[in-house]
Amino acid sequence: MKRYSVFAVAREALRYHTGWERAWRSPEPKRHYDVVIVGAGGHGLATAYYLGKNFGITNVAIIEKGWLGGGNTGRNTTIIRSNYLQDPSAAIYEKARSLYETMSQDLNYNVMFSPRGVIMLAQTEHEIRGYKRTAHANQQQGVQTEWITPERVKEIVPIINLHGPRYPVLGGLYQERGGTARHDAVAWGYARACSDMGMDIIQKCEVTGVRTENGRTVGVDTTKGPIDCDKIGMIVAGNASVLSEMAGFRLPMESVALQAMVSEPIKPCMDVVVMANTVHGYMSQSDKGEMVIGGGTDGFNNYTQRGSFHHIEETVRALVETFPMVSRLKMLRQWGGIVDVTGDRSPIISKTPVQNCFINCGWGTGGFKSIPGSGWAMAELMATGHSPLTEEFSINRFKEGKFIDESVAAGVAH
Amino acid sequence: MLILECPYCGVKAEETELAAGGEAHLKRYGPGSSDDEFHDYLFMRENPKGVHFERWRHANGCGKWFHAARCTMTLEVFGTYTAQTSVPTQEILDKIAAKRPGWTWREFADGKK
Repeated sequence: MKRYSVFAVAREALRYHTGWERAWRSPEPKRHYDVVIVGAGGHGLATAYYLGKNFGITNVAIIEKGWLGGGNTGRNTTIIRSNYLQDPSAAIYEKARSLYETMSQDLNYNVMFSPRGVIMLAQTEHEIRGYKRTAHANQQQGVQTEWITPERVKEIVPIINLHGPRYPVLGGLYQERGGTARHDAVAWGYARACSDMGMDIIQKCEVTGVRTENGRTVGVDTTKGPIDCDKIGMIVAGNASVLSEMAGFRLPMESVALQAMVSEPIKPCMDVVVMANTVHGYMSQSDKGEMVIGGGTDGFNNYTQRGSFHHIEETVRALVETFPMVSRLKMLRQWGGIVDVTGDRSPIISKTPVQNCFINCGWGTGGFKSIPGSGWAMAELMATGHSPLTEEFSINRFKEGKFIDESVAAGVAH
Repeated sequence: MLILECPYCGVKAEETELAAGGEAHLKRYGPGSSDDEFHDYLFMRENPKGVHFERWRHANGCGKWFHAARCTMTLEVFGTYTAQTSVPTQEILDKIAAKRPGWTWREFADGKK
């Protein structure tokens, strides 16, 4: 792999950019791999990357039904934060956030991580108490967050209206090192690094069956023929239930649509991410100038990657009170992704009833921010059979009643 | 936009009039049931990519609960039916079979539940 650098740019500029090579290979699948990862989204690629980087396992195939990073990795609002209340979630999200800090250097790929800060607005008395508690918990966990006053919120976000008639801004939970990153670049950067380690990324190849013998997995059937493997990692977000059924076990999971949208591009007006969880709306400004707006999920099972129209109205309506300028914006694009929501709204990173078959799913509405941490932990679990980061996220917690009692999927009551 | 006909008041209700209630026909377990039974009842869900039976409430209408059969892959609605049944009615099963030849509801067909 040729490294990207300022010298490479200069060199290519002098020869009409004819020397750039493809970022990753697109090989035909081999007959056997040590590890097969199903799903080449951010989580799948990150898992493969850390399998290779941390554990030297490089005979890996990453199989993708569509195209690389074309699912929820390309459909989110790119927010990165780790201000969670419970220890297990704070640990894995903070791991992810800290890996984002050095990801561009690590992958030699500019993922445009922008630690511009994230504010979660408190708009009810309950939220004030809740966020103060979270800020205290974060101090214990080593996550840097603070409780800030409405005046400070206004200082950071001048376009905000503090005194909305229905939901005034009463303060906020501020994580200064939260922010955003370029979501496609995260997938592309991991893909390039994986391919460079000799892993095969096989796109447009759908898994049609999971083969098991004596309760252990031996391979997968795909639209490009059968592939044998010693271990399989299922990392397919909204389609987790479909895949687990192929392997013969069920999941405490429902798939629903979550939507987001962007406005027309405007001049820089907000250099921070603001989340208003009471009214289900969050907003940031992309580097192109578009206001990126995300909302709540639909209430019913859905695999269509498009959500209900009335949710767009609800989301924008919620934001108009807090950001009056939104009412004058035209919305450019709107899209939906299928998120996998578990019984306690926290992810599952776990062994399964099938031996050598691992599952990483249930990130619901909070998948993007966790990509590197999730990949790190999943790789450790797959390579060694144990990872301290995944202990609490076992599939057995539902039976044992050891729920992770917060909506990790989002700070909101989805 | 999703439109379901309420089997009680006959109104063709659109989504904002309705509240989704999740998977239908779960078998409810009470005191004396095993951990596994409680676990499956409380958390395990079918979540099919295809035909799904679910509960809905005509919240901003007559307020009654009813059942619907819907395809999660195409959002096609096969029909709605009464809440006073613990299995899908033959009528709705026929409607689905007409549009999805060869389809069977494996859980009830196999008698697993």
